Amino acid sequence: MRIEILGSGCARCHGLEASVRKALEMLGKDAEIVDVTDIQQIMAYGVMAMPALVIDGKVITAGKVLSPEEAKKAIVGASA
Amino acid sequence: MLTLFADWFTYTLLRLPKGHLITEAIHFFVYDIPKIYLLLVVIVFVVAMLRTWIPAEKIKRLLVHRHQFIGNILAASLGIFTPFCTCSAIPMFIGFVESGVPLGVTFSFLVASPMINEVAMVLLWGLFGARVALLYVGVGLLIAIVSGVIITQLHMEKYVEDYVYMIKVGAAAGDAPMTFKDRVVASWRYVGEIFRKVAPWVAVGVAIGAFIHGYAPENFLARYAGRDNPFAVLIAVAIGIPLYSNAEGVIPVVQALWAKGLPLGTTLAFMMAVTGLSMPEMIILRRVLKPRLLATFIGVVGVGILIVGYFFNWVL
Repeated sequence: MRIEILGSGCARCHGLEASVRKALEMLGKDAEIVDVTDIQQIMAYGVMAMPALVIDGKVITAGKVLSPEEAKKAIVGASA
Repeated sequence: MLTLFADWFTYTLLRLPKGHLITEAIHFFVYDIPKIYLLLVVIVFVVAMLRTWIPAEKIKRLLVHRHQFIGNILAASLGIFTPFCTCSAIPMFIGFVESGVPLGVTFSFLVASPMINEVAMVLLWGLFGARVALLYVGVGLLIAIVSGVIITQLHMEKYVEDYVYMIKVGAAAGDAPMTFKDRVVASWRYVGEIFRKVAPWVAVGVAIGAFIHGYAPENFLARYAGRDNPFAVLIAVAIGIPLYSNAEGVIPVVQALWAKGLPLGTTLAFMMAVTGLSMPEMIILRRVLKPRLLATFIGVVGVGILIVGYFFNWVL
């Protein structure tokens, strides 16, 4: 599984990343986490609100800092 | 009810004598903080709820191919409801321009979004009263609209960095549909996020206010930067532009300046300069705007703020 966090490194983006890491820990799952800060790559996903969560190339949420619980749900939903 | 609580707390619980300066300062403190916190929770929740129905994607669709004036007015008004995070500025700018939102309309949004928001409104309301809060919003909207219209008139599309027009914007992924419960949960969490961030600033602002309220202000600022100093607004704006803070952070400072006798127009101009224009924002915008457009943007908004400052000092 490849998880991408889109954003330019602001506080909210780090918040999202922390939640995702915690969620993976809770699930006992291993995944590659990539910070995408390049604007061209971000725009290719068609999102405007940062931070955004992308799992396996699919935009899951935009402009939201998920709680670890929600991140868990998103990861489980994406791997189903 | 809050007044009753404040009365009981100060006069009964602490047994402080009525009319004494310290007593009045404490009373003010005990009354104002709960009042502002209450307003903050209620209004931020309501706005967060509204916002779940207007994501960035929908704002873009609303603004595409809009013509002048209507587009600018709509963009500026939508800017009130959108929280502005500097990290979203570039993606939003590119997304707007790419999909055909006119440049001037995009700028109206870009000006209004950081300058006016619900948190600033609540804090101004709580600390300065409804009149000042409404004035701030009205004037902020006006500056955003007029700046956008001017930028349209100047036809500066070629001063957007060329690569912006070359970026391929992917098809937007629609957010999963939300149930009413999802909206409430998400909004409530947002209230928590904002509250944790703003609450300490409110306490600082009110503490300053309480102190000055109780101990009668020494109008030392009025002496140097009062109404009769023609350069006061200019200096306030010049100091405010490079400074960066969100509306929440600057309000305690603004409260202190005002309480120390700075006229209202100068005070509001300072606040608008700090929130509406800032160094980090310019550095970020420089990535999509050529220097000439960036300078025009700063110039137009800066002059707008100056006019507002002088106008209020003159009228009020």
